[in-house]
Amino acid sequence: MFAFITRRLVSSLVTLVVVCCLTYILLFFSGGTVAQNILGADATPEQIHAKEAQLGLDRPLLIRLGLWWTGALTGNFGKSWYNGEPVFEAILNRLPITLTMVIAATVLTVFVSVVLAVASSVRRGWIDRAIQVLGVIGTALPNFLIGLFLVTFFAIQLGWFPAISTIYPGGGLSPWIASLTLPVIALTIGSVTAMTQQLRSAIIQQLELDYVRTLRSRGMRENVILYRHVLRNAAPPSLTLLGLHFVGMLGGVVIIEQMFALPGMGTLAVSATSTGDTPLVMGVVVYTILLVIIVNLIVDLVNGWLNPKVRVS
Amino acid sequence: MSTMAENGPDRLLEVQDLKVQFRPKRRLARPFQVLHGVSLHLGFGETLGLVGESGSGKSTIGRAILGLVPAAGGRIHLEGRDITHLKQRERRAVSKELQVVFQDPYSSLNPARTIGDTLSEPLLVSGLSGQDARKRVGTLLDRVHLPSDAMDRLPREFSGGQRQRIAIARALAPKPKLIICDEPVSALDLTTQARVLDLFAEIQQDTGVAYLFISHDLDVVRYVSDRVSVLYRGNIVEEGDAEQVTVNPQHPYTQRLLLASPLSDPDEQAERRAAWHALNAVDASWRL
Amino acid sequence: MTEVTSPTAAPPAPAALRSHPLRRLLRNPFALYSIVVLLALVAAATLAPLIAPFPPEYADLGNSLAAPGGANLLGTDSAGRDIFSRLLWGSQTTLLGVLIVTAMALLVGVPTGLLAGYYGRFLDDVTSWFANILMALPGIIVLLTVRAAVGPSLVIAMIALGIMVSPSYFRLTRSTVQGVRNELYVDAARVAGLSNARIMARHVLLVVRAPLIIQTANVGGIAISVQAGLDFLGLGDPNTVTWGGMVSDGFVTVYQTPLGLLWPALAIGLVTAAFVLLGNALRDALEDAEKVKGKRPVRTAKAAAPDSKDDREHKNEGQAAPKRPEAAHLMDVRNLSIAYPTGPSDLRTVVKDVSFTVDRGEVVGLVGESGSGKSQSAFTALGLLSGAAIVTGGSVSFDDRWLVKPGDAKIRQQHYSGIRGKRIGYIPQEPMSNLDSAFTIGFQLTSPMREVLGISKDEATKRAKDLLASVGIPDPDRTMRAYPHEISGGMAQRVLIAGAISCEPDLLVADEPTTALDVTVQAEVLDVLRDLQQRLGLGVLLITHNFGVVADLCDRVVVMQSGAVVEQGPVRDIIRQPTHEYTQKLLGSMVKNAESRKTARPALTTEER
Repeated sequence: MFAFITRRLVSSLVTLVVVCCLTYILLFFSGGTVAQNILGADATPEQIHAKEAQLGLDRPLLIRLGLWWTGALTGNFGKSWYNGEPVFEAILNRLPITLTMVIAATVLTVFVSVVLAVASSVRRGWIDRAIQVLGVIGTALPNFLIGLFLVTFFAIQLGWFPAISTIYPGGGLSPWIASLTLPVIALTIGSVTAMTQQLRSAIIQQLELDYVRTLRSRGMRENVILYRHVLRNAAPPSLTLLGLHFVGMLGGVVIIEQMFALPGMGTLAVSATSTGDTPLVMGVVVYTILLVIIVNLIVDLVNGWLNPKVRVS
Repeated sequence: MSTMAENGPDRLLEVQDLKVQFRPKRRLARPFQVLHGVSLHLGFGETLGLVGESGSGKSTIGRAILGLVPAAGGRIHLEGRDITHLKQRERRAVSKELQVVFQDPYSSLNPARTIGDTLSEPLLVSGLSGQDARKRVGTLLDRVHLPSDAMDRLPREFSGGQRQRIAIARALAPKPKLIICDEPVSALDLTTQARVLDLFAEIQQDTGVAYLFISHDLDVVRYVSDRVSVLYRGNIVEEGDAEQVTVNPQHPYTQRLLLASPLSDPDEQAERRAAWHALNAVDASWRL
Repeated sequence: MTEVTSPTAAPPAPAALRSHPLRRLLRNPFALYSIVVLLALVAAATLAPLIAPFPPEYADLGNSLAAPGGANLLGTDSAGRDIFSRLLWGSQTTLLGVLIVTAMALLVGVPTGLLAGYYGRFLDDVTSWFANILMALPGIIVLLTVRAAVGPSLVIAMIALGIMVSPSYFRLTRSTVQGVRNELYVDAARVAGLSNARIMARHVLLVVRAPLIIQTANVGGIAISVQAGLDFLGLGDPNTVTWGGMVSDGFVTVYQTPLGLLWPALAIGLVTAAFVLLGNALRDALEDAEKVKGKRPVRTAKAAAPDSKDDREHKNEGQAAPKRPEAAHLMDVRNLSIAYPTGPSDLRTVVKDVSFTVDRGEVVGLVGESGSGKSQSAFTALGLLSGAAIVTGGSVSFDDRWLVKPGDAKIRQQHYSGIRGKRIGYIPQEPMSNLDSAFTIGFQLTSPMREVLGISKDEATKRAKDLLASVGIPDPDRTMRAYPHEISGGMAQRVLIAGAISCEPDLLVADEPTTALDVTVQAEVLDVLRDLQQRLGLGVLLITHNFGVVADLCDRVVVMQSGAVVEQGPVRDIIRQPTHEYTQKLLGSMVKNAESRKTARPALTTEER
């Protein structure tokens, strides 16, 4: 297991390095007019030149990439080219909102999908059919339309929730709940339907396996068999899927934040990329990949704990 | 055992010191040796039974001869021709002489293709016209006692025994000199098993094809073989005349195999059981 | 034995079930809806220049946010542009996006998946690594970065998205190909000398085709929603009309009128739903085809859940099995018939009027070929039949209790509580699949004991170790700590036997307990079974197809054929003087009893060849 985790970590770090370098190179070739954009249309060529020198834009690619890495490895990701805000702080200020949404959506996904999957796979009958139909509707509608519906109906038409974030520093818990409830629901629905389908078929498949019959033959209670044995064995593929959905949510929040006007990572990503603010874009990329690596590691560890057979392979 | 000294080598198949190893999943682990230098030979029209338990490497021998797993050492000759390491293209020429019938009658036929497609494919590859191939497929189906309208049906419409007949027909298509039979009856019910074994014998009588008959079942091997080789953990521990090896084995492992297989008469089985217990009580230093 | 043609031809599948998947697809209303919507999309995209009343950017500022009607079928937006016309023009970008994404993803994913799956090794490692990287990146963030690098371009964004989703094709193709590559029919094709290219074209692509079509339908839906999302964020090409951009415009004016938001959102919703529903319908249509093809028959019956609803309905009748006053046998199966519903009013009978008994200390063999109903009879005795099973007649009693009372139409789980696992033990066929790979052997042995006998953990552990020693496991302590995959099949079967006798039952039901084992291991396990049976005075119901096992263990034999008992009696009588034709045929089919071929037929001479 240890060797497995080490291998995964090394491969993840390689991924991080490769993606960071590729992104930087892409941004290098696109960033022709950055200084002009920062200074505005009235800037003189001298001013532009000075700005480029100040930002280090006049240096060759490899030097700039090397400088970025030296900074990144010492925890210094530079400052935004546009407003001079340190990248690390910019991310730290926005991370709480995004992470709260994604983690809340993940936890909610787990709870709802386990309940629905158990209900539909064990009870079968009309409950199963109803959940199946809801599942089809859930997958057929893009998250972003669901978000639009939630915001126009519950926030704008009914006014039950604020349509624009009411979170402010030191504002306590209630503005968080008020502002994040709808976004979290919008983020959750797609994952819940996919997870429920996956878990449902995994449970049904497990229930047909020989060991379940043997457990029954030993006089074990149905609930013990279901929650201790079946669910545990059905979990690993679903957990892997949950990991993928977590990654998907990191992307999904970009649209959701825009829709609900939330000052999170997504909004930061949109503004940084549309202005070509290289230090900020790189910061966003590093943060995203690190999160993905951590989540995959957690998935691996939990899967290994759930099923010892995974540990050897 | 007959010879063919006047028009070619007297041995159809000659396997010398065959070694096979499997690469482990993990890159740095040591390769796992399945066969530790196995030698056997087979004359024209002869049946050699190859018997062993799971993990003995008996199927690996067959797969190595067929070129489905690479040999790590040793030589395989078919009619005097070295076929140990052949390229895919050279295999095609050999496939006219060498065919196979696998154990699992369910996965050995492509479920999405009709019996006619499956049977005619190798014929078409070998250059037969569509019409000739179809005619030949009809003859083949007749040969294995299936109706010729089976041609347009899919494998799922046939029972296990019938599918095994189709697999035999496929093996017969190029009129081979040798068929590797890898546990061809062990997935079948008792009564079907007997009928398929009889079909093998009948075909041999008519066509003079030779069989390398791989099985875990000493009784099946005795029933079909001229000679028998016994495989234990990648080594041949005993070989000889079928009757002698399967009725009066010399090597302790073969004796174990024989005595472990229960007889169908309760009193005879009680005797055999006593002999089994006696054998287990003596020294087992031969085990690897 | 010389009769060669097999009389038991599988009946050809009914014509209705053999209908072409396409025809089945068209009968599905969701599929029909999807096809209509997608055709409409294609028509709108191609005919937009002809039928759109206004050019895409024609703006009449004096007529902004107009209500539907008149010249503006669906009203106008905040800049006074005709929404209906823009929807038509937007369908062009939508369709173009879908085409680029799916084409790109197919082009990248399928060939790499084919090669990686077929050749494996290094190629597989490298391509899988790339696929994993792509899967680990959140799509929108990547697209934002690409946009930062190359500027707003629909084509490039959709190419990037195509590459982003290509791992889904890669993985699908790769795993399908890996599965097919190990199929024996591919080996057979290689033995026949077919080239790799031909094998891929004829065998491999054929299998991967259907899942790819389904996947493409789903990817189409993803393409539209991601494209719309990008345009909604204002990151699309500002010079083209897109539905996402229209949603964004409509969202700005949602306080004035929700209609500007409604129309494009509806268009996006209808089309993505069409793609997803089409994917589902395709899967259903092809899965039905699979079902007709029929899975390979498995010897063991599926361990389907007992009907829990039925349980609840009968809760009031009391927990234990009802008393049976006069009990002559340990287990008494009388005139039992079991059937499964195959249609609204059709039943398929799998056990017909079967009667047999097992006494204390007696070993009864239940012999037959596959489909003889022997396992179904045994599972009735254990109450482990699938919930769909119907008792169409007869009864089962155990000691002085009814398990299946005369007149019962269903297996009632509460009749078995306190009996199954405690007084009746069960030994399954496949040692490995009958242990839960997630728990140690020790836990799997002790937890039923603690549950059924209510003993402490320490006591259960002590008993489990004794049990393991008694079934001939050399190092019980180590085995207790081991996981199932760490022990051999023979050891696993001993563990299962230990489990079956752990609560000191009176009766053991053993379902082909040695069939999956090597012959020498079988002999050892038979020794263990015989020893335990004699030491504990167990009654045993032994299901087997092997007369050798019968001769080794059984006192009496019950021979079954297609669901019915054809003959039963003491083992020596049945084996030496079988009266029924089928028993004679079974015994005659044993090659053990037959002469060697070689003594039966003369060796071939050279001339004969």
